[in-house]
Amino acid sequence: MNTTTLPSSPIASIAPPVPSLLTLRGKVVVAAVLAILVVIIPVLNVMVPATSAFHMSDYAVSLLGKIMCYAICALAMDLIWGYTGILSLGHGLFFALGGYAMGMYLMRQIGRDGVYHSDLPDFMVFLDWKTAPWTWAGSESFIFQMILVVAVPGLLAFIFGYFAFRSRIKGVYFSIITQALTFAAMLLFFRNETGFGGNNGFTDFKRILGIPTATSSMRVTLCVLTGLVLLGFYLMSKAIIASKYGRVLQAIRDAEGRVLFTGYNTLWYKLSIWTLSAMMCGVAGALYVPQVGIINPGEMSPAASIEIAIWTAVGGRATLIGPIIGAFFVTGAKSWFTVAFPEYWLYFLGALFIAVTLFLPQGIVGLVRKLAAKGGVK
Amino acid sequence: MLRRITLYGLLLFAWLFAVSTASALSPESAKAIAVGDNDDRIKALSAALVTPDDNLSNLVEALLADTAKVAGDQVLIVTDGKAVIAATGAEAPLPAVVEDVVNNNRMRQALEGAKAAFGLFSDSVRVRNNAITELRESADESKLPLIDRALAKETDASLKAKLEQLRAAMLIASSDKQKRLDAIVALTASAQPSVKSLLQERMKAGVETDPEVRAALTTAIKTVEDRLAWGERLGVVFTGLSLGSILFLVALGLAITYGLMGVINMAHGELLMIGAYATYLVQNVFRKFMPGAFDYYIIAAIPLSFLAAALVGAILERTVIRWLYGRPLETLLATWGISLMLIQLVRTFFGAQNVPVENPSWLSGGVQVLPNLTLPFNRIAIIFFAFFVLAGVSLLISKTRLGLFVRGVTQNRSMAACMGVNTAKIDTYAFALGAGIAGLAGCALSQVGNVGPDLGQGYIVDSFMVVVLGGVGQLAGTVYAGLGLGVLNKFLEGWTGAVLAKIIVLVFIVVFIQRRPQGIFALKGRSAEA
Repeated sequence: MNTTTLPSSPIASIAPPVPSLLTLRGKVVVAAVLAILVVIIPVLNVMVPATSAFHMSDYAVSLLGKIMCYAICALAMDLIWGYTGILSLGHGLFFALGGYAMGMYLMRQIGRDGVYHSDLPDFMVFLDWKTAPWTWAGSESFIFQMILVVAVPGLLAFIFGYFAFRSRIKGVYFSIITQALTFAAMLLFFRNETGFGGNNGFTDFKRILGIPTATSSMRVTLCVLTGLVLLGFYLMSKAIIASKYGRVLQAIRDAEGRVLFTGYNTLWYKLSIWTLSAMMCGVAGALYVPQVGIINPGEMSPAASIEIAIWTAVGGRATLIGPIIGAFFVTGAKSWFTVAFPEYWLYFLGALFIAVTLFLPQGIVGLVRKLAAKGGVK
Repeated sequence: MLRRITLYGLLLFAWLFAVSTASALSPESAKAIAVGDNDDRIKALSAALVTPDDNLSNLVEALLADTAKVAGDQVLIVTDGKAVIAATGAEAPLPAVVEDVVNNNRMRQALEGAKAAFGLFSDSVRVRNNAITELRESADESKLPLIDRALAKETDASLKAKLEQLRAAMLIASSDKQKRLDAIVALTASAQPSVKSLLQERMKAGVETDPEVRAALTTAIKTVEDRLAWGERLGVVFTGLSLGSILFLVALGLAITYGLMGVINMAHGELLMIGAYATYLVQNVFRKFMPGAFDYYIIAAIPLSFLAAALVGAILERTVIRWLYGRPLETLLATWGISLMLIQLVRTFFGAQNVPVENPSWLSGGVQVLPNLTLPFNRIAIIFFAFFVLAGVSLLISKTRLGLFVRGVTQNRSMAACMGVNTAKIDTYAFALGAGIAGLAGCALSQVGNVGPDLGQGYIVDSFMVVVLGGVGQLAGTVYAGLGLGVLNKFLEGWTGAVLAKIIVLVFIVVFIQRRPQGIFALKGRSAEA
């Protein structure tokens, strides 16, 4: 069976090489996004009084930050799925691992302010542990944990990917074993003995780098930081896709056999983009945890990973802006539905899965382009 | 001969006499049981228990129910304002002043033990059995005469064996060394699983000090362990087989939809759930309209769960899956969406809680093969059911016209179409068949586990693992993979516990697939893409 992802040729792949990364229009858009992130959001949240119609509430700020974390995941998924044709159902694992690495640091930052006033995190006191397990070595150092945020998902992805791609596992097989991987990890993290808080995970964070987390300014800072990371990743992905390396990735997606016969060793191409994608998810997880205030093994459930795929699919695969739009659209809809009609959310999400795969193979971006083409606007 | 009969007769007479004289609860002993120092009271109770009678039984009950009162030298049982003399059972006028009897916890325990002891002489085998079980909790030497009496009267062979063991359990704590040694020998002969813990209890530091007895204990524990080991091993094999048969039953439907048709059906778990809910509905209908035939509801539930799931499958194929053939990753996402909607649909109609599905009486309980190995009937039935379904499916695929068409379409769709096969129709039938088998599996699952909206979610990863491990397109591979994983899982559970075993199995599968991407049984072919 032919396992290429997009039989109908995607738009991006035939574009001629872009000499400079951004056109003039692109530069303007990037500058505008930067301005919104760095100036407008902080001003609206901190400076504008709460009574004003333009005030951006703390809730809105943290929701925006959260969604931008998801958007990073969707972007990472797009690199591996949209551009390389490998559907991962285990990206939630990398996201959660990054989150756990951050969470460990945050747990240590609680210090003696926990319920039990111990040097150890509360759950360890509760389990009657006298010392932290070896996995916690170095968890007091911010730098070390930040390295782990990318190193752990990256290393796991590298090892797993090396063996999987070397055996030429592809298509659905690959998707299913990544799902098994995240499922196994979820079971592992649910255990108290694993040493990461069991099914409660980590929560009750107090401060980060000594600064309290539950303040408006911290929230805005994290949100802006997330936005900058997202913008950075976006530009990085754009550079990757336009490069020769990116072209090979897209060739692998469209006809891996031919790429192999042309003399490319696809293993290293796939492995490098796969590892990079996992590391991006790790960063997203690390940004997510302090903003949401909790990380637990639920993030590793197969359902969470599939949701990442649906953000990408809804927005439009093989476009870089698509996954970001998709993440905003789906998680925005989720925030609204779960408040307004909680019992209909799963119907909506399910219908979205079906509708997008049946009617919108190019996602929202494809739909907009189609409508624009029909209206005669270029 | 005559002399012997006379002898027996004399013995019988003497025994009857002894019983009749000693059995009467004297007013003095009744008072000794009811008032005084707790130690003395318990001693009096034990002494009286050697010769139990109805009066003593009533007194113990009354003491436990706080209806026993003391008036002077008399112990009275007062119910509804009427008094009965405890020692004789005769009615007596209720005196103006009566004292309550106060029983502390220790006294109450002794009384409960005594109450259990009366059960030993009940006419009902069940009550006697319960009494033995209860006495096991409070086994000490003081009740020995009681057990001896019960042993003499016991007619049921299995209860007799239990009593012997109870006696040994009491003797093992005896102060007489020889009695302890004898008891160990008696216990070694027993096949009860509890013997092991009993013996080990004695081996704990400070409990048994005599080196000779300790040595006897060590050998006894070894013998008992060896004997129990067989039951444990067989138990692991059986639970492994049971889990394996569930796994391959669950994966069999997927082996058709995914293995033969190439549809990544993430809603497979929800088709299981539909089968289970269909069983639940059939059960409710039987309970309401045909309570007499309730035991046979499962017979009706089997075809109906098949039909319900097959119908849902056919609808799904016609509306969604049909448009996605050849695009496996899209199918995966779309069917995941379907599964979300089906879960929510069931929540809307049946609520988010689990629904109760009761086993028919002939499926509850089990058969005891070894003292420490009981095989539940529902698990045995599922093993047979799984193989029965397997036989049916393989016959259907290999011998019928529909099976021929399904094979033809999966092997070469355009050629089959040229030969006049309506491939679209065959697709629907094949998918409905796979869905229906999932429904059958759901019906089976309802007999061993919880039925709730999340039922399918727990099985989706497992069933894909089984199919992928077995080799896509291979029914036989699915069977071996299912059974193998089940037994492997249960063997690992003995070593590592359930969760770690599951993780190890998953990691094993992931590694295995990396080594051998085509599964255990690979289809031989020349395709570079395979």
